[in-house]
Amino acid sequence: MAEQSWRQLGLTDQEYAMIIEQIGREPNLVELNMYSVMWSEHCSYKHSQSALKQFPTSGRRVIQGPGENAGVVDIGDGWAAVFKIESHNHPSAVEPYQGAATGVGGILRDIFTMGAQPVAFLNSLRFGNLEDARGRYLFDGVIAGIGGYGNCVGIPTVGGEIYFEDCYQGNPLVNAMCVGIMPLERLVLGKAVGVGNLIVLVGARTGRDGIHGVTFASEELSQASEERRPAVQVGDPFLGKLLLEATLEVIEKKLVVGVQDLGGAGLTCALTETAARAGSGITVELDRVPLREAGMHPFEILTSESQERMLLIVEPDQYKAVEAVFRRWELSPAVLGKVTADGQVIARFKGEEVVRVPAASVSGGAPVYNPEAQEPEYFKRLASLDPLDLPAVKDFNKALISILSSPDIASKEWVWRRYDFMVRTCTVQGPGGDAAVIRHRESGKGLAMAVDGNGRYVYLNPYLGGMLAVAEATRNVSCVGAEPIGITDCLNFGNPEKPEIYWQFKQAVAGMAEACRVLEVPVVGGNVSFYNEVEGEAIYPTPVVGAVGLLDHYEMQAKSAFVQEGDIIYLLGAKEVSLGGSQFLKKIHGQLYGKMAGLNLNLEKQLQNLLRYLISEKLLQSAHDLADGGLAVALAESCLAGGSGAIIKYNCTSRPELELFGEGPSRVLVSVSPELGERVKSIATESGIPVEEIGIVQGDLLQITSGSDSLIEMKIALMERAYREVFTWIME
Amino acid sequence: MKFGVIVFPGSNCDLDAFHLIRDILQQPVDYISHQTADLADCDAVILPGGFSYGDYLRSGAIARFSKIMPKVAEFAARGGLVLGICNGFQVLTEAGLLPGALYRNDSLQFRCQQVSVRVENSDTPFTNAASRGAVLKIPIAHGDGNYFAPPELLQQMEKNRQILFRYTDEKGKTRIDANPNGSLDQIAGVCNETGNVAGMMPHPERAGELILGSADGLFIFKSILNHFLSKEAVKHG
Repeated sequence: MAEQSWRQLGLTDQEYAMIIEQIGREPNLVELNMYSVMWSEHCSYKHSQSALKQFPTSGRRVIQGPGENAGVVDIGDGWAAVFKIESHNHPSAVEPYQGAATGVGGILRDIFTMGAQPVAFLNSLRFGNLEDARGRYLFDGVIAGIGGYGNCVGIPTVGGEIYFEDCYQGNPLVNAMCVGIMPLERLVLGKAVGVGNLIVLVGARTGRDGIHGVTFASEELSQASEERRPAVQVGDPFLGKLLLEATLEVIEKKLVVGVQDLGGAGLTCALTETAARAGSGITVELDRVPLREAGMHPFEILTSESQERMLLIVEPDQYKAVEAVFRRWELSPAVLGKVTADGQVIARFKGEEVVRVPAASVSGGAPVYNPEAQEPEYFKRLASLDPLDLPAVKDFNKALISILSSPDIASKEWVWRRYDFMVRTCTVQGPGGDAAVIRHRESGKGLAMAVDGNGRYVYLNPYLGGMLAVAEATRNVSCVGAEPIGITDCLNFGNPEKPEIYWQFKQAVAGMAEACRVLEVPVVGGNVSFYNEVEGEAIYPTPVVGAVGLLDHYEMQAKSAFVQEGDIIYLLGAKEVSLGGSQFLKKIHGQLYGKMAGLNLNLEKQLQNLLRYLISEKLLQSAHDLADGGLAVALAESCLAGGSGAIIKYNCTSRPELELFGEGPSRVLVSVSPELGERVKSIATESGIPVEEIGIVQGDLLQITSGSDSLIEMKIALMERAYREVFTWIME
Repeated sequence: MKFGVIVFPGSNCDLDAFHLIRDILQQPVDYISHQTADLADCDAVILPGGFSYGDYLRSGAIARFSKIMPKVAEFAARGGLVLGICNGFQVLTEAGLLPGALYRNDSLQFRCQQVSVRVENSDTPFTNAASRGAVLKIPIAHGDGNYFAPPELLQQMEKNRQILFRYTDEKGKTRIDANPNGSLDQIAGVCNETGNVAGMMPHPERAGELILGSADGLFIFKSILNHFLSKEAVKHG
């Protein structure tokens, strides 16, 4: 085969040699295309696999860890939560609406493929500067795409996070998460088991869209990326919904033995993965694949990423019943072939054999790389700079307003009111709080969910930043009263073949893994997105953590709003804060440097335990994590959420901007009815958690004084405008 | 009283209406497939929200041709109670069972939020449990909720008291910024001339429990129930 063939398809010379070694001959063009997509970074995890082994993936609740379509966690009483997060960054960079929409559609299929009813979407988004027209176009298009798909399929989009940094200008991040619930006994896996069972394809017809989408996702973006628009898939949420209903029905009726959705790498991935997982083989007739257009080449049929398609493994005598269910949903299944015993994936087209490859070679035979890692030059330099060397700030009111009205901190209501976050009437806490809460009617339990990631922190210190991401996501879940039971992660990084990028990756994963171990939350699935670079410039390393928590009863949830005049406000947890990597430093000084506050994972764990205990004992009126913008912003947010003011007396022992806006982990703001104050204080003290009374809920001002100095005095109504109207100003 | 909730391909608020009627209102309720040719045992029919047939052509434009719709028209002509919510409202206007049309929101964006609506006419089967002028907190979630009717039609509707709800602020005052979609005269819900077919963009089935943010949606379902019970009382009286 001509040398350029495999290189053009993104395979290295060594990888091509490995393919020949594994199959004992040169692959033909169709087979080469299959290897190309399955050995792409996106599908094979060849640069990330070895680092990902550090994650703890088991635990008493884990039913299914990484490796399947989604993770499955036992929530008791015969029920399980199923969840996963996945990136759709590259497609969204060239075609924001469809890129985001198909990201949502893809993660949805991952959940119902397992047999679970999807109950919620979340998302984590990063964009560049909104002053730039392209930035606004991507931002608006992605939001419209997320809503366009999610609203139509009728699954609420209940939470997420959005940040804006110049490094994401040409390479936005679109990470979509879906959570589902199912009876444990309904779990079905993506395995092609049972020799003689039928391989059935159902859903959309196969077209030429999304061909080589996964190889596109495994390269850096450049000017030429615009030409990869055909690699972006097109979503059809209506068909997605029919497929969802029909698939859940055949699973519920136990008519199928295996289910796999067709996403990245299309039919190639579905056939080789299901066979490889089961140790079986598959033989298919490609002529039976319903096509959208005539004249498609076998390699196009096998690598098309046309959306809304599912592969089912069905016992022959159940097929009629399966067909009847799909027909009722106006879908036409097609029998492509059979499960075999020989471990080979064989495809015939027009009577000729066009593919004969070992399933385990295509799916799982890719090399595992341990690239060189090297500490980047900036690391020590930025850590050595001290934000407190900057000129002191005098007007803290102005600083607070400025931070509250920055797109990173400001209310994202402009965004989430474009998502249906209420459909299914189970959203008992929607967007805007520390975590969203979805009730489960059948068991009375609640599932809390949050996504968090801070690229600025991880850039400055990948190890600590990785730990902080896990700590914050789980803390957010604990802040509504739920026990974190598992996480899913989406690791967005630059080109791993660059030693500095790989160093960031390795360090961040190590930090995340350490936090997971101490906090005892397993990683049950996720996704790695490398090559987030435009013209050689990488994004900040941005691991995003999606945490899921369990509430024994959904009515026991806490919220972040101050609700009652006279309630006492306490600050629980760690004391250490820093302006390193903070929003204050970004917004007021336009800088990113310094050291972040350290994280004591044991204290973090105890703090989260304490919070959940206090909430379950109904001792708290509100709980809110201190995150971006520090104490002043957290206070403002709790005031704004409840429409009430607060009088805070805080003894500043260092520079006020550090105390007001310094950021640090393991800190939570709670409000408590006056008669319960002493009890909360003594429980916290007994638990070894520092507790400090800082003020009361009162009036219509946020007032913060230190001794006789007034630091902040501002009307809630004034903050309200700064906080709520910024996106309207920018976008309209 | 027996409710039927029609399920078109792409309906997605069917289960919410079903849940409210069965679990909160505690009345018998069935799903009715769009392929069904019979509404015989229903006392009231709900056309739920969602994206019937993907709303790809125009909201509700394809669903109006489905097999069940002639049966809904017959049911309505016999005086049966029909309530279209959101996409159901769009289907009923497309089918000519309700006057007017629903355009894209003036923001050109989907909107999901709590809104306040004022009850404009409490002498209908859908509003009798509330008093005229009452302000109900009920959420919206739609992209095409911008109500329009030509001037002569609107005048006629006013005369016939066919406007059921208007978007207002929390105190019941009509204000431009309390209109979430640009609807003509802030119209949020209407009924037909005979008063037995109604449509509304806000979702009363999402406002049946305080934990969801409001229970004001129950006024609409309780009104339907009141109407049915009083009719039954007359029948048996």
